[in-house]
Amino acid sequence: MISRKSLELWVGLFVAAGILALAMLAFKVGNLTTSDVLDAYKVTAHFDNVGGLKVKAAVTMAGVRIGRVSAIGFDPERYQAVVTMDIDGRYRNIPVDSTASILTSGLLGDQYIGFEPGGEETYLKGGETVLRTQSALVLEKLVGQVIFNKANEPAPSK
Amino acid sequence: MNTLRTLGGIVVNGVERIGRAAMFLSEVVAGSWTLLRRFYLVVQQVYAVGVLTLLIILVSGLFVGMVLGLQGYNTLVKFGSANSLGLLVALSLVRELGPVVTALLFAGRAGSALTAEIGLMKATEQLAGMEMMAVNPVTRVIAPRFLGGVIAMPLLAALFSAIGVLGGHLIGVGLLGVDSGAFWSQMQNGVDFHDDILNGVIKSVVFGVVVSWIAVFEGYDAVPTSEGVASATNRTVVYSSLAVLALDFILTALTLGEV
Repeated sequence: MISRKSLELWVGLFVAAGILALAMLAFKVGNLTTSDVLDAYKVTAHFDNVGGLKVKAAVTMAGVRIGRVSAIGFDPERYQAVVTMDIDGRYRNIPVDSTASILTSGLLGDQYIGFEPGGEETYLKGGETVLRTQSALVLEKLVGQVIFNKANEPAPSK
Repeated sequence: MNTLRTLGGIVVNGVERIGRAAMFLSEVVAGSWTLLRRFYLVVQQVYAVGVLTLLIILVSGLFVGMVLGLQGYNTLVKFGSANSLGLLVALSLVRELGPVVTALLFAGRAGSALTAEIGLMKATEQLAGMEMMAVNPVTRVIAPRFLGGVIAMPLLAALFSAIGVLGGHLIGVGLLGVDSGAFWSQMQNGVDFHDDILNGVIKSVVFGVVVSWIAVFEGYDAVPTSEGVASATNRTVVYSSLAVLALDFILTALTLGEV
């Protein structure tokens, strides 16, 4: 029979290792550190087409993550998609005439929203709408356009 | 006529057993409160079912992670996305393999031992002896073992997943040449704390309760002979494995259905 002292030591080691493993899963494997948008304010934007944008997608400015998409809805009056974003409270100086565009990371990667800063001196506040937007590029439409342009080109003269 | 009667008898017996098991569980949970004053009894059982199961969990976790690394790499490299290997390994481990394989190993290593121990205590009339001395065997013997299993299982599952990710890293980065930075960053981008890790933890807690419950009930309910203990041990492993796999499907359907 194992003595009480060493038994307690082993159990303590076991529990500590288990909690350490959980912490490793949370911080090293998961995104507990990066997914928190602190003190966020909400901004909405209308897009003609959101493509493959998903809830929780990143919102970036100059390639740096400043928030995330919190909801995607449909506006039946304007036939447009309404995207609600949580922007980190540390970045309150986004000009009102900034452009929000849906971009793709890499050729087949996830879609995210990229902000291009405008020149106005007034800044976006919580609940306001970004007026200038650029929709997602849909690959099929692009291919269709290329084919259409090719067909309209004058035949090369011989 | 007789076959119908046998069928009815089987159904009635089964329902009776389930009812007994449910009443037994409520008795065990009620008995657990008094254990707060004698926590050393639980610590002893955490050692027996947790620390002594650690080695098999760590070794199998390492190998499962290494196999995932090899298999995943060979499939992903065909699509030119070998960099997502970390994501694949981590998601498979955290969501499914960690809780499920740990619960199956736990049922085989710790659950069967619990059943055999309690069954033998019953067969040698130790439990009856305790009752003679006005000691409630449920609070003194059963509840610490149940609680020990419930505490140990999530910790074991977390250790399994963590060492599995390290095993996948060992094979993917060390042997197959996946970029280490891409391995970790893709993993962190794709694994969500709430949707993936917390769900895995909830799964392992549920499995811990179910496996420990089946193990202590089968032991307490065993026919007090050597054959009775043997078949009770057998039933523990079979029932807990089936229960874990079925519950895994239900829990996965519930959590993925919301998305």
